[in-house]
Amino acid sequence: MAQTITKRGPVSGTAVARVSRKRKPFLLDLYGTAVGKKYAMAISGIALIGFVVFHMIGNLKMYMGASDLNQYAHFLEKLLYPILPEKVMLWILRGGLIAMLLLHLHAAYTLTVLNRRARPVKYQSERDYQVASFASRSMRLTGIVVLLFVTWHLLDLTFGAGSINTYTGSKDAEGLKDVYGAVVFSLERVPVAIFYVLANIMLGTHLFHGVWSLFQSLGWNNPRFNKWRTSAATGISTLVVVGNVSFPIAVLAGIVG
Amino acid sequence: MSNHLKNLKLKIWRQDGPNTAGRFQDYVIDEISDEASFLEMLDVLNERLISDDELPVVFDHDCREGICGTCSLMINGQAHGPERRTATCQLHMRKFKSGDEIVIEPWRASAFPIIKDLMVDRSAFDRIIESGGFITAPTGGAPDANLIPIPKPVADAAMDSAECIGCGACVAACPNGAANLFTAAKINHLNVLPQGQAERYKRVEAMVETMDEYFGSCTNHGECQAACPKEISIDVIALMNKDYRKSKVKNRKELSRG
Amino acid sequence: MTITLDSKIPSGPVADAWSTYKSDVKLVAPGNKRKFKVIVVGTGLAGASAAATLAELGYQVDAFTFHDTPRRAHSIAAQGGINAAKNYQGDGDSVYRLFYDTIKGGDFRAREGNVHRLAEVSVNIIDQMVAQGVPFAREYGGLLDNRSFGGAQVSRTFYARGQTGQQLLLGAYQQLARQIGLGNVRLFNRTELVDVVTVEGRCAGIVTRDLMTGDVVSHAAHAVVMATGGYGNVFFLSTNAMACNVTAAWRAHRKGALFANPCYTQIHPTCIPQSDPTQSKLTLMSESLRNDGRVWVPKNPDENRPAAEIPEDERDYILERLYPSYGNLAPRDISSRAAKRSVDSGRGVGPLKNGVYLDFSDAINRLGRHVVAERYGNLFEMYERIAGENPYDMPMRIYPASHYTMGGLWVDYELQTTIPGLYAAGEANFSDHGANRLGASALMQGLADGYFVLPYTIGNYLAPMLNKPIPGTDHPAFKEAEQAARQRFQGYLGIKGTRSPDFFHREVGRIIWDYCGMERTQQGLEKALSELPALYEEFRKDLRVTGDGTSLNQTLEKAGRVDDFFQLGMLMCRDALEREESCGGHFRAEHQTDEGEALRDDDKFAHVAAWEWTGEPTQSVRHTEELTFEAVHLATRSYK
Repeated sequence: MAQTITKRGPVSGTAVARVSRKRKPFLLDLYGTAVGKKYAMAISGIALIGFVVFHMIGNLKMYMGASDLNQYAHFLEKLLYPILPEKVMLWILRGGLIAMLLLHLHAAYTLTVLNRRARPVKYQSERDYQVASFASRSMRLTGIVVLLFVTWHLLDLTFGAGSINTYTGSKDAEGLKDVYGAVVFSLERVPVAIFYVLANIMLGTHLFHGVWSLFQSLGWNNPRFNKWRTSAATGISTLVVVGNVSFPIAVLAGIVG
Repeated sequence: MSNHLKNLKLKIWRQDGPNTAGRFQDYVIDEISDEASFLEMLDVLNERLISDDELPVVFDHDCREGICGTCSLMINGQAHGPERRTATCQLHMRKFKSGDEIVIEPWRASAFPIIKDLMVDRSAFDRIIESGGFITAPTGGAPDANLIPIPKPVADAAMDSAECIGCGACVAACPNGAANLFTAAKINHLNVLPQGQAERYKRVEAMVETMDEYFGSCTNHGECQAACPKEISIDVIALMNKDYRKSKVKNRKELSRG
Repeated sequence: MTITLDSKIPSGPVADAWSTYKSDVKLVAPGNKRKFKVIVVGTGLAGASAAATLAELGYQVDAFTFHDTPRRAHSIAAQGGINAAKNYQGDGDSVYRLFYDTIKGGDFRAREGNVHRLAEVSVNIIDQMVAQGVPFAREYGGLLDNRSFGGAQVSRTFYARGQTGQQLLLGAYQQLARQIGLGNVRLFNRTELVDVVTVEGRCAGIVTRDLMTGDVVSHAAHAVVMATGGYGNVFFLSTNAMACNVTAAWRAHRKGALFANPCYTQIHPTCIPQSDPTQSKLTLMSESLRNDGRVWVPKNPDENRPAAEIPEDERDYILERLYPSYGNLAPRDISSRAAKRSVDSGRGVGPLKNGVYLDFSDAINRLGRHVVAERYGNLFEMYERIAGENPYDMPMRIYPASHYTMGGLWVDYELQTTIPGLYAAGEANFSDHGANRLGASALMQGLADGYFVLPYTIGNYLAPMLNKPIPGTDHPAFKEAEQAARQRFQGYLGIKGTRSPDFFHREVGRIIWDYCGMERTQQGLEKALSELPALYEEFRKDLRVTGDGTSLNQTLEKAGRVDDFFQLGMLMCRDALEREESCGGHFRAEHQTDEGEALRDDDKFAHVAAWEWTGEPTQSVRHTEELTFEAVHLATRSYK
């Protein structure tokens, strides 16, 4: 980190060398700087937020009964059918989500490395943060917890891998995949329900800073609308958390099941 | 009427040079007037150290009016100490109480290497300005100053950004060691003015990319704005981000068409 | 040695002098400019603008600052504004009027030619700075706004909130940064000048000390510009920044540059009074506050009610009473003395009874709090931070403090000192403000010198030197100077006495302030001249500098600066003693009118006193340059 200052020359012409910076294709060029990576974070973040919100809204079908939810799941598999074979559109969407997730993760990782390098020696006394919120300072933690949860959640309810959820994959009376039953099976287990609730609170925290932050990162700043940015963040994260957390509670309370 | 503070316990970071290990050292100030400024309190300590034949604490300072941006210091975990909108040199002892422990640390960032004790090298800021923080206007060719009217709100917005004193508190306070507030303030000052339009996108591109070589990234904590002695708003960072994105797509031959 | 001080002002009417000069000046062809190296010491308004402009022209420039970056220079602290004869307000301003006001404000002790040129180029400065993006205050229609300032009856002051100096310096710094980025200027930061080198009577370069490593290094050049600011810190308590010092100018003086009018120092009327003995500096509140603030003291010396409870008829609005036509906008020296007399008469206000009120309650009632906040909000906040009182509710307390020094290195019309090839610009020279500087003129002069004067006049000196070799840094003169500088700094370290440089600085400052401050007497000056050498002797025997000379050592830096302040202090007192008249900032109690106003002696003292160093601080030799007034008539300055 430290420079040696035994013999110093003049400070000179430092900006000249940089003019020759190699120009890459637009997106790569943009992604080459921290500001550009934040654009990637924000755009992939928007895609993931969109998924999370629609996922929650779709799951509300649960309150309309098993048949509705299972029909809905089946509808998703048959998106754009018969133009495309079954599940293809779903996998295209999933592919897009996975790409966005990977971009989000890559940008987060490289920015974290950059930030660590920007302050290799930490403050030796305790910092007294003024405005940085728990949400903003715990993005990495909440992000990792949410990622782990999503992995588990996929194994639990999408793939029914191993002994995680032995019910997943069963058919209902109409011969459709019994998503409803799998959810009920999973969330009736109290530790799972607790994990589900905690992970969603983490997700809400992550979204709260993420939503507010993306306005800044994308340069969406207009004094007239700025006060709505925190409202949007609070609104979206509350919506997602309340919706999602209601499911395990409803299952445990016997409203659903 | 001035009162006196008694028995202040100072923990000050001492480091002999850029490549040596530092440590906290404890000092006690028996008595100091609450009218004294924070740096005057350190002056008093230094006078005592010299008379004890010890090395005084090295710290950067100059105008002591809060405008030159030379002073720094992390005081009790806050850049420029506990008072808002205030540089260390304008912080007064009336903000403290008798018996307080005050921890003083240099600003830490890889772009701000420690020179000695509490003094750091902030010349990375100069590199950013040199790369584009100017309007190319060689002496002599300027048109009459009133030729281009500038709406008052625009002039005021430019001034809000131009107030930046280049102290580096934004970097020091940022959990990521990012210099986005400094860079964005400098860019925004020139980019909102009519005179700055010709080089607008070249400027933002060069300055952001130079900044990138030295500093961390902005994750929108807002600590920089809270630490800024001029309370420059992080709104300027959003404006910089927008201009940076545009800089990558603008066809500069057609800039005149807006 | 006989020295003739030739101002080299082109003959003919003073109004034509600058255009005559520019038509006759020798030029260096564009392709040849890069064959010349110019050193610029200091990166304030004058230094940064000179370095940037010279580099734009094509000269190789080396710029030096003892700060970490050029943008720290103390020009940054100027608050109020910058004058220019634009007459945008249509209130009767003109180049002549700005010229006249400056000459009159300087109490007829400035050189007509230089001042006229300053007024002429003032209009270019505003154009230049606006083109560079300085966000001057605007009217709603988008045109530039002006305010009025002390010593003028027109509104010609351009401003950027209360931070005009900052904005102008950043403008000049950005131009310099551009040239550094392009590689046309090499910047040496944290590097202090410790000596000037002359070879065969010409300036050959400088010797510097790297503040981070203690290395003493020589730099050779065709010409050297000193833009190193003023020496107001000789008073210890002043509004100057902590690092401001006279060392660069003084080292040049010791190498043969005459030092002019050291006794002309300006005391600024609106500073926050001292509150505590450990205080390290005084803070200025912009003079622009006097546009809307009213200065008063209680009529009764025993008054102890809070200001708001003192009825109108028990207040003495001193400036409005004494100077009805200028009122609270009387020039700085006059306002300062009025404040001093009020305090001396026991009517001072504040806990230490060492200030006068500057009251905004009328302005707040008339304009509304928000208008006052818009104009002075940041100054009010600054006051509250320092004094702990809110000026919206309680009047400010102010008192004069040392602020600016009109004296400096003697220069001719080309800003060249008596050493050929050595130039002085900005506050470091003596040329434009006579015995008193008007508000908002310092920024104007710094930028005028750097942007619009030096780039012409240096070419005139360099042109004949084309393709002639200059002495390199291996010349014995450089080696000698390096050796002397090393010895000097080793010397401070070797004394190992008991007192810190700051202790001595405080002591010198106290003597100078008491005897060579706002009011001077023969008796006092003689006393100072007997006390200073004794104290200097003590300094040389009892100084203590801890640490070493091979790494960053702020105490050692300070020791060198205090040493030079001692020598300068003695010269100041001698100059004040010899100038048996009162003019501008130099007020000799023996020379005043019955009403207590300054009494000039134009028969004997209408001249510049320029001092020659002889080796002993108290033995300097006084030379004179007669001042002739053709365009203005010598008159008694009256602001009544």
